[in-house]
Amino acid sequence: MSAPAAVTRVTLLKDLRLEWRSKDAINSMLFFSLLVVVVFSFSFDPSAEESRQIAGGLIWVAFLFAAVVALNQTWAREIRNQVLDAYRVSPAPSNSLFIAKTLGNFIFVTVLEALMTPLFIVFYRLRSIGPVWQLLLVVMVGTWALVVNGTFFAAMSLRTRSREIMLPLLLFPTSIPALLAMVQATTSILSGESAHFWIVLLVTYDLVFTTVCLLLFETVLNAE
Amino acid sequence: MTETAPPPIITVSNLIKQFGRFAALRGVTAEFSAGKLYAILGDNGAGKTTLLRTLAGLNRPSHGQITILGESKFHDICHEVGYMAHPSLLYDEMSGMENLEYFARLYGIAGNSRCAEVIRAVGLDPDLLRPVGQYSQGMRQRMSLARALLNDPRILLLDEPFSNVDLHSAKEMVRLLARARDNGRTVIIVTHQGSLLEGAADEFVWMEFGKIVERTRGLTRGLKK
Repeated sequence: MSAPAAVTRVTLLKDLRLEWRSKDAINSMLFFSLLVVVVFSFSFDPSAEESRQIAGGLIWVAFLFAAVVALNQTWAREIRNQVLDAYRVSPAPSNSLFIAKTLGNFIFVTVLEALMTPLFIVFYRLRSIGPVWQLLLVVMVGTWALVVNGTFFAAMSLRTRSREIMLPLLLFPTSIPALLAMVQATTSILSGESAHFWIVLLVTYDLVFTTVCLLLFETVLNAE
Repeated sequence: MTETAPPPIITVSNLIKQFGRFAALRGVTAEFSAGKLYAILGDNGAGKTTLLRTLAGLNRPSHGQITILGESKFHDICHEVGYMAHPSLLYDEMSGMENLEYFARLYGIAGNSRCAEVIRAVGLDPDLLRPVGQYSQGMRQRMSLARALLNDPRILLLDEPFSNVDLHSAKEMVRLLARARDNGRTVIIVTHQGSLLEGAADEFVWMEFGKIVERTRGLTRGLKK
């Protein structure tokens, strides 16, 4: 029998290998985020203080839209040649697949954030007044909030005809509390205010949605 | 001395599968024994693939029951079943060996000796580094069969395994499947190329409009049609 942790590990490694070879998700995400940074920097010419006020919203909206690209790609690989059926007929646990996919997406979006954040800092002349480690914490829990829901809803919209449209329709409304917390926390930290409430809200959101997704994923995977 | 029929390993009773208002299976009742090779034949839309997918636990029956190895929950016996679909069920970007290594881990099979063994068994080279996406259709079919054989299953469910395979390779595949049957495996093959299985199949199961209409020892009925 296959141990859940071992299946999660091999599935994650397989996804990283496929992405390394195709670069489908990373390239599309990078291109999209780069466009957002450049277009917005030409559209506005904010002062340092104005930048601190708008940067949170700008950054997270850019990452949210870019993440949708990666989320769609993750499952597209599994339905090409119906490979997902090979997983479904195997004794491997459903949740191992979900965790591996979520971790994979977390890595892809984190790589994107690591590459794009310096550009945001340069283009918007950002300087944080609050502690930077708190920003890193917000990035981690915020990214998890995006990908855990995104991976789940992408799996849900897998068999629908217009899944590229269906995913944002499902994901965006559900992500509003998380997005609000991410934006407010980022803005608060950049402006030197306390972000404690928003970080707690984000962590709670992560815990609730991760649990719900894990409980429901098997049903979603085997839906016809 | 009279020949006693082996006990059924798969029992299907009054199986109905509906997709919305369309009934793909309309009350299929059948038994399949251990150590036998069955060919399921019929026109397009007869319900062959739906029956196979339902046996493989990929479709939930709308009505009726399936018992495999005494269990009605597919997940309890999934490690005893090998499934090959019409699409390859392989990742195009990875080599055959990489694909099989991944699927082997899903069954808890460590190392790659079993992977190499089944790749050789279907007549391919385990050291071939080319990604599956660059294989010919026939090679892809054979690699797909290797994936189905990976967990050494007691039951093999194969959907169109010979499509796009050249005659020589198809005959090799039939010999391999007949050997599996001789080793006590139950092999169920959905195909339009029934003639390839003449002499190898123990029984031909004929389907029409979502029902099994006849079971024959040879292809006689098909020739009459």
